[in-house]
Amino acid sequence: MLKLRVIPCLDIAQNRVVKGTNFINLRDAGDPVMVAEQYNLYGADEIIFLDISATYENRYTTVDLVEKTAKKIFIPLTVGGGIKNIEDIRNILNAGADKVSLNSAAVYNSRIIKDASNIFGKQCIVVAIDAKMIKNNKWNVFTHGGRIDSGIDAITWANKAVELGAGEILLTSMDKDGTKNGYDLDLLKKISENIPIPVIASGGAGKLNDFSDAYYAGASAVLAASLFHYKEFTIKNVKQYLKSKDIPVRF
Amino acid sequence: MRLKKIAIIDYGFGNIRSVVNALNYCATAEAVVINSPVEMSRFNGAILPGVGAFGPAMHFLKKKGFDEAIYNYVNTGKLIYGICLGFQLFFEKSYENGIHDGLRLIPGEVKKFEKKNKNMKIPHMGWNNIKIFQNNSYTKKMFKSITNNESFYFVHSYYVMPINLLQTSSFCEFGVKFCSSITYKNIWGSQFHPEKSGEKGLVILKNFIKEVNA
Repeated sequence: MLKLRVIPCLDIAQNRVVKGTNFINLRDAGDPVMVAEQYNLYGADEIIFLDISATYENRYTTVDLVEKTAKKIFIPLTVGGGIKNIEDIRNILNAGADKVSLNSAAVYNSRIIKDASNIFGKQCIVVAIDAKMIKNNKWNVFTHGGRIDSGIDAITWANKAVELGAGEILLTSMDKDGTKNGYDLDLLKKISENIPIPVIASGGAGKLNDFSDAYYAGASAVLAASLFHYKEFTIKNVKQYLKSKDIPVRF
Repeated sequence: MRLKKIAIIDYGFGNIRSVVNALNYCATAEAVVINSPVEMSRFNGAILPGVGAFGPAMHFLKKKGFDEAIYNYVNTGKLIYGICLGFQLFFEKSYENGIHDGLRLIPGEVKKFEKKNKNMKIPHMGWNNIKIFQNNSYTKKMFKSITNNESFYFVHSYYVMPINLLQTSSFCEFGVKFCSSITYKNIWGSQFHPEKSGEKGLVILKNFIKEVNA
């Protein structure tokens, strides 16, 4: 049976792992390569590097960091943040990443999804959606680290991303991110019911049952950052809990 | 100990970096990327990687002359391992975006997964457990030190259907029970990515290296 993936996300700025509350007030949590190696050892199913400073500082996600990591860990690695064009994608994949996560660039130039999935294959194109509720049961896509409202409906956008060739959706609730109040289950359910590709739930995990709730709401993978970095739970804790609920996980 | 040289076939299609990294990490092999078919005869072990679509991949293989080189190489009895799309290319034909001929090393076809319910998301992406098929006499070589039901990493929308069941070395389940690997004489292949399946995946690569003549 296909397992629910548990994914630690390493938010990276200036080549260091950081995590803030609602994307501000960054705190340092270490060297990305070492942190990734630790997570691999502890049973992470996949690792995501998100260069959160890349878009607005106009920097490219560091290819060097991906190269170093890919020589040491042998589970899937996704890299996102500040990816603007096919050349960026090629550089990151060639450095050893398995997937790239597209966010702002895809919203303002959706062709990049189509081109990238034609060239590199759907399986390596993750479309990241930062969604914020603007009124009851209506979410908009926000860009540039959650600072700009694109005015685009999140569900419409998810469907369009699938049509263009996305292989997976990384769905972050801007309302829940950093709150530890649980994932936005309404949003998660709405999106995962509407699209045929895997959805990674992100933003808000704080308790063990948040992970199982995300699974019941349709998530193929659950993501957390600070929860794991500050060792409130280990990946093993989460997986043991999920297993006790008869949710398939890998040990 | 001298490192065994393993050829990684680079036909200009898909990412080969992970395979190179994983093989070198095994510390018993040296991965050598080759992009010309004449180089193949120098090696006793080769890996055919690949991600993407079947048709274009086959087109690139043929364009570079690798189809014939692989065929000749396999006929000499030397070991080859196909990963994911590389594994699918070993078969006779695929129905991915039309009908395409494969390398025809293994009798059988490549078919798309059917969506059985709304919770079934295609591609089959992530970790899934496999059942090792012991009736195949080559199975033990591939899965030495691997326990039954271990999980491996998959990313694919199509699966292989070998005509000869005894060439299968493991099964997996995703809406349908499908062949997740084959071992047939000198031909090995897996739908899962050993280079992305953590420690257990590295064990399979080490098992492969071990079987390659020095």
